[in-house]
Amino acid sequence: MSVLAAESTNPLLPPLGEIIVGTITFAIAFFVLAKFVWPRLEQVFRARREAIEGGIERAEAMQAEAKASLEQYRAQLAEARTEAAQIRDQARAEGQQILEELRAQAQQESARIVARGEEQLATSRQQVVNELRGHIGALAVDLAGRVVGESLEDDARRSGTVDRFLDQLDGMSAGSPDGRTGSSVYAPEGNR
Amino acid sequence: MTSSALALADVLAAEGGGDSGFQSPSIEEFYPEPLVSFSLLGIDFDITRITVIMWIATAAIVILLVMAARKATVVPGKLQYIAESGYSLIRDGMARDVIGPKGLPFAPFLASLFFFILANNFMSIVPFFQISPNSKFAIPLVLAVIVWVLYNWVGIREQGAGRYFKDAAIPPGVPIGALILVTPIELLQVFVIRPFTLAVRLFANMFAGHMLLVVFALGTTYLLTVGNFSVIFSPFAFLMALVMTFFELLVIVLQAYVFTVLTATYLNGAVEPAH
Repeated sequence: MSVLAAESTNPLLPPLGEIIVGTITFAIAFFVLAKFVWPRLEQVFRARREAIEGGIERAEAMQAEAKASLEQYRAQLAEARTEAAQIRDQARAEGQQILEELRAQAQQESARIVARGEEQLATSRQQVVNELRGHIGALAVDLAGRVVGESLEDDARRSGTVDRFLDQLDGMSAGSPDGRTGSSVYAPEGNR
Repeated sequence: MTSSALALADVLAAEGGGDSGFQSPSIEEFYPEPLVSFSLLGIDFDITRITVIMWIATAAIVILLVMAARKATVVPGKLQYIAESGYSLIRDGMARDVIGPKGLPFAPFLASLFFFILANNFMSIVPFFQISPNSKFAIPLVLAVIVWVLYNWVGIREQGAGRYFKDAAIPPGVPIGALILVTPIELLQVFVIRPFTLAVRLFANMFAGHMLLVVFALGTTYLLTVGNFSVIFSPFAFLMALVMTFFELLVIVLQAYVFTVLTATYLNGAVEPAH
């Protein structure tokens, strides 16, 4: 039975109607797919590629911008640093100057003070010397008077007079309110 | 006697018993009763179950792809992703890589071919349909003829008719003496064997696959109803039917791919002059 069927219908010789129906079916499928499906997918592929490339471009632009900002920031920083260094140098120089000025002023002041002290010293010394000179004159006249007033024949008495005079002088100096001044004033006189 | 020998004897005995025995599937499988039959311009059109299956498969794949592409966005959804993967496989893997730099315009045709064959092949394991329109010679033949016309036309357009036929008949680099043998083979190859093998490969795979599935499916039911010792082999037949279904799935995808990739190869030969 099956042998008979195989002979009557050769599977490799399809009827023309089947071929035509198959051709039409495939043609319709191809037409619809080629018109509505593949172009749309191609469009999506392109959009995707552009999106990716656009993203990369955007990222690159952003990176360039960031780099530029960094450069600018660095330049500004360097500038600020230079400026700061300048200001520091200037401040240091100014400080130095102020210090010098102060030092000079202080030296002047101290010189002035020293000068005034010396002047005062000289004045009081002069005063003392003048005073002493007067005293010494009077004392010398006094001593001379006493020496002359006493008899000059006796050496012992003569030395006693001198000793007494000197004791008197000592008593004077001890009794004076400014004993130190008296003795110090006396010493240079003695040196002279 | 071993059990399998017993079973075989039973089956053979039943086979010998005439109409009550195992009815193996015949070529009639592929010639179901027409649902509608009409004649137009002297050509008979038989709209059979298989024709309807072809329409269903084609409509299903077209609608699915249109649905996937209609709302296509840069960030794909699931359906769009699947459609895109399929299209990329053909577009990049065949149109661009096999045909070459001039291949991209052929991507829509190759992709349509691939999805059409895939959907029609797939019907061989879809429940209730379970026969592929490609197991009828008409559809693979139609596709092969379209491919044949296309690659010859592209060859003539790209290389000029003289150059194309000359290169086909006299491949460059072949010694003159060998041409006696080479020229007929080459001409036969390019203009007859290529389309014929393209069509037969697809048809025969689907035909044989269907036959195998039917044999195991019928065997399962027959062994259950035969009423003797061989009933215990019914599950094995059923298991084989299952295994062959998965095998058929592999063949479905593979044959669709092979048909398309061979088309791309032929187009490559037409686009680029022979080396």
